[in-house]
Amino acid sequence: MNRVALTIAGLTLREATRRRVLMALAVLTVVLLALSGWGFSRFAAESGGTLTSGEARLTASILLNLVMFGYSLIAALGTAFLAGPTLSGETESGIALAVLARPIRRSSFLLGKWLGLVAFGSGYVTLAGLAQVVVVGLTVDYWPPEPVAALALLAGQTVVLLTLAVLLSTVISPMASGVVAVGLFCTTWVAGVVGGIGAALDNDAVARVGTVSRVLLPTDGLWRGAMHAFQDPSALLQFGGADGQAFPFLSVAPLTPAYLAWTALWVAMVWGLAAVSFVRRDL
Amino acid sequence: MDGVGLEVGRGEVVGLLGPNGAGKTTVIKMLLGLVRPDAGEVVMLLGQPAGDPAARARVGYLPELFRYQPWLSAAEVLELHVRLSGAAVSADERRDVLALVGLAERARDRVGGFSKGMQQRLGLAVALVARPELVVLDEPTSALDPLGRVDVRDIVLSLKARGVAVLLNSHLIGEVERVCDRVVILDRGRVAASGTLTELLGQHEVRLHLTGLPATGEARLAAAGRVEREGDWFTVAFPADDDTTVPDLVRDLVGLGVRVHAVEPGRISLEERLLGILRDGAEETA
Repeated sequence: MNRVALTIAGLTLREATRRRVLMALAVLTVVLLALSGWGFSRFAAESGGTLTSGEARLTASILLNLVMFGYSLIAALGTAFLAGPTLSGETESGIALAVLARPIRRSSFLLGKWLGLVAFGSGYVTLAGLAQVVVVGLTVDYWPPEPVAALALLAGQTVVLLTLAVLLSTVISPMASGVVAVGLFCTTWVAGVVGGIGAALDNDAVARVGTVSRVLLPTDGLWRGAMHAFQDPSALLQFGGADGQAFPFLSVAPLTPAYLAWTALWVAMVWGLAAVSFVRRDL
Repeated sequence: MDGVGLEVGRGEVVGLLGPNGAGKTTVIKMLLGLVRPDAGEVVMLLGQPAGDPAARARVGYLPELFRYQPWLSAAEVLELHVRLSGAAVSADERRDVLALVGLAERARDRVGGFSKGMQQRLGLAVALVARPELVVLDEPTSALDPLGRVDVRDIVLSLKARGVAVLLNSHLIGEVERVCDRVVILDRGRVAASGTLTELLGQHEVRLHLTGLPATGEARLAAAGRVEREGDWFTVAFPADDDTTVPDLVRDLVGLGVRVHAVEPGRISLEERLLGILRDGAEETA
């Protein structure tokens, strides 16, 4: 870790704070937490006694995954739209000219930007997710089986998407990079759902859509791993076993170490491409 | 760019001149490793390649497109650049640099609220803050009012006095003429001419109002230098400049019976010289 990368990472975090991105996210998150807290407490009050404990855990798992999807979407949109302006926007406006004329390597500069975004995006999703887990625990007394792994995977998903956004912002305009990154994120999620339906219907060709998209862009794979760690182990059985695959807010299996290794490699490769593209760019 | 060589000695101010699109800004960006050459290489201070960050360690740069993080204050921008440069510059020194460019009162204000002129002053401070040995100024006065231009001129002259090398790209020929020791004229990516101001402007001209000029008188004029005639007015451009040329010519003309009504000294301006060089270049390629 070098001095330049840490300086730039600090600068990127300061930019997010000064441009009131942090403030906007904090307000949005508090509103979401309050709303979900109210919803969960109403759910507990009105279904008390009518649901079996298994049904209650299933419902809590689904609702928790649904709310967490909201946070992961906010983090994904936030970092994807932050990566564009902070990197490609700076080179377009000329801010990068004076900075990159300093005795620093462009790859260190890029690493700093990336680290700042990683700290911001994964920090946000971890804190907001943790707060949500506590809210759900306090209102309906449901505690996810592996909260640490789940939050780490959510953070990983954010890192994957923002690395893609960083690569895109070294080649296309800031606005386009945000739109393409978020578009791909949503497409992969939909492909994952389609693949799940294919698996539930034993249609291999359709099921492969999900598998391939999860390899090409690991956001959906990590998201499914996170859901699996958030949901109650009995939830899937309660929902109907393997048919649960077709349902977008439950996950049938935990992540394999091989998939995690692929994700790490994917991030390294995409970052490397971004660095090559950024180093060769004329300012 | 083709075989462009620039040399700026300590305490020397070198001006870069040329028409739009001649490649002045591109040369500067290549020197700083901001633009990569299509082929060949760019070598910087003491033989380091321009892509090597170490080559930029003692360089201060004010870009033509000057923009600084609008969410930072002026003092924070300087602090950032000091940290990136790796130099140890105290807070007092940073304050002094801001004062030098006239921004002492605005040190704590966000750059986002600065006018263009103030941002350019800040850019000058950024270029100067890390104790550079070479300062590259790309159109440093483009957004400044006349007072600001005088300030920049004084700053450049004080840099020169402190032994700092300055590379100044400006389309304001007057500015270049006032502060530069040497001038490099770029045209279509090549060095069209370069030299000290006296070398480039060495040609002296004299306008003479003469009547009763015999053929021998005309021959005497032609022997002195290139002659252009407009009625009774003769403009003579001398190839070399010394103290005896003009008095000797006048004495000889009078001796030949020529009536000398007026002798007006004229010095070729840098602007005329620049235009001449660029026109010659255009004719050669035509």
